[in-house]
Amino acid sequence: MHMADALLSPTVGATMWAVSAGGVALGSARLRREHDDRLAPLMGVLGGFLFAAQMINFSIPGTGSSGHLTGGLLLAILLGPSAAFLTVASVLMVQAFFFADGGLLALGCNIFNLGMIPALLVYPLCYRRLIGPEPGRRREVVVTMLAALLAMQLGALCVVLETTASGVSALPLDKFLLLMQPIHLAIGLVEGAVTLAVVSFLRKARPELLARGSAPSAASGRLVLAGFLVCALFVAGGLSRFASVKPDGLEWSVARVSGEASLPEHRSGLPVLLGALQRRTAWFPDYRSVSAAAPVLTPAPASAGPQPLPVSGKGSGAAGVAGTALTVLLVAGAALLLRRGNRGALPPRA
Amino acid sequence: MASVHGALLDLKRLDRLAGGDTPLHRLDPRAKVLATLVFIVCVVSFGRYELSALIPFFIFPVSLVAAGRLPAGYLAAKVALVAPFAIAVGICNPFFDRGILVHLGALDITGGWVSFASIVLRTALTVGAALTLTALTGFASICRALVRLGMPKAFAMQLLFLYRYLFVLAEEGGRASRARELRSFGRKGSGLASYASLLGHLLLRTWQRAERMHMAMLARGFTGDFPSAQGGRFGAREVVFVLFWSALFITLRLYNGAELLGTLVTVYLS
Repeated sequence: MHMADALLSPTVGATMWAVSAGGVALGSARLRREHDDRLAPLMGVLGGFLFAAQMINFSIPGTGSSGHLTGGLLLAILLGPSAAFLTVASVLMVQAFFFADGGLLALGCNIFNLGMIPALLVYPLCYRRLIGPEPGRRREVVVTMLAALLAMQLGALCVVLETTASGVSALPLDKFLLLMQPIHLAIGLVEGAVTLAVVSFLRKARPELLARGSAPSAASGRLVLAGFLVCALFVAGGLSRFASVKPDGLEWSVARVSGEASLPEHRSGLPVLLGALQRRTAWFPDYRSVSAAAPVLTPAPASAGPQPLPVSGKGSGAAGVAGTALTVLLVAGAALLLRRGNRGALPPRA
Repeated sequence: MASVHGALLDLKRLDRLAGGDTPLHRLDPRAKVLATLVFIVCVVSFGRYELSALIPFFIFPVSLVAAGRLPAGYLAAKVALVAPFAIAVGICNPFFDRGILVHLGALDITGGWVSFASIVLRTALTVGAALTLTALTGFASICRALVRLGMPKAFAMQLLFLYRYLFVLAEEGGRASRARELRSFGRKGSGLASYASLLGHLLLRTWQRAERMHMAMLARGFTGDFPSAQGGRFGAREVVFVLFWSALFITLRLYNGAELLGTLVTVYLS
């Protein structure tokens, strides 16, 4: 799964949008220059392939869990960096619009993390450099695994940095890092194994397909490197990023945190919140008498004595609840009116 | 998104909604995209403890759903389906953020719970707005709008190709996956080896399809560009739409509408 809008601050979201938009512009310009009109339909259907492949799982023996392909590295091996990047980005966009995976503001982060990192960063700078012209079996295994691991680790790192920079989630940096990185080690191993298996399959079945992506173009590699330097400087200048995560990993790590750290409090916490809501609603009509009784009810924490604080807090609390309820009513009323007005204006068509 | 077929059905249903014919559907897609972006930025820019000020923002998705005659229950269910992810991350807040923020008589609510509730609200708002935009506009129109707003053409073409063949490919993948499930009841056969060859075969077929498509397109005179449908006009209605909503969002961002209303009412009542 991908990063969500709700966890992003606008600064971080906009920064990542700018970085990803730059990547898309760069990739598009390079594709235009290549003038290979076979590539356009190929990228389109491969996007569809990726979309389907991400939803087909396989079971990992001995763990009871399952994994699937993420695909950035595989597409880069098949298509070359910029075409692979655009393909992954387009799949992410469809997911953002139709499944709200991530959301529109987080799209920039997701494209960066799942598209740019594997296709434009890890593939040209790590995979293509290390794999060599005629790789032996062992070299291929090592390099593919390394590249997949690197891509996943970088992605997870970006997630953590981004979460912290956005400041909406309160997860501390070190704890989040400690949970995310090992999980993405496992996810990276899975990704590497799948990529390797599919590439070996293709090598046996249609070796000529693998020739396309590995056709080196030194200039484009340098361009990408320059682009990334710019991005890195941009980020180092104080903006950090969020990136997307695989669902299983993030959710699993979150479950770990809540499971290990403080499940009992979680149990006691929800009733507390519900109780608060109940009391809020119950007290609202009698708002004045409650504020009069406040000092008595407050369980005398020695420092928190001053009377006006709880009173004002409660006053705004009551106002907040009332206002919220009224707004909800207003919104619902507006919806009803609009729907009715619409029905009047447009006769329903069969 | 457990099964390919389920996801595909979902996709098709949302896609069909864009075929509606209300004034909102006919609005130039650029106006809707811009208004939605302003909306999302405004919602996301609130501080982490903001709750009541977020509520008035529901007016945007709700009124669009109502005026666009979209199935509200279906969209709400989709939003709820996405929510678990945000909840999974947000639920950590109460454990790490224990400062007391709100006093309600004897009850102290920690900042963590407030910010968690805020995350849930944000998710509902942003996801709701994005889905409403898709349901009102349709993916192809959104792509066209983005091109006219400056997206590179090569990427737009990729998006349109993907959108055309997504359904075909997803169905093919779904069939392959179902066939594998039927043959490997238990666990044998669902491991990495068969997965890799399944994906490999799918990839080969995809590739061959692309080659056939390319030849067919050449035969029909493909020049490297989709003929762009004559785009709508960004007329007065569009300008009014964008200005009205942007002004509303910015006002709601600057002034807490719910609290103002509540203060007014409570002062009046007391």
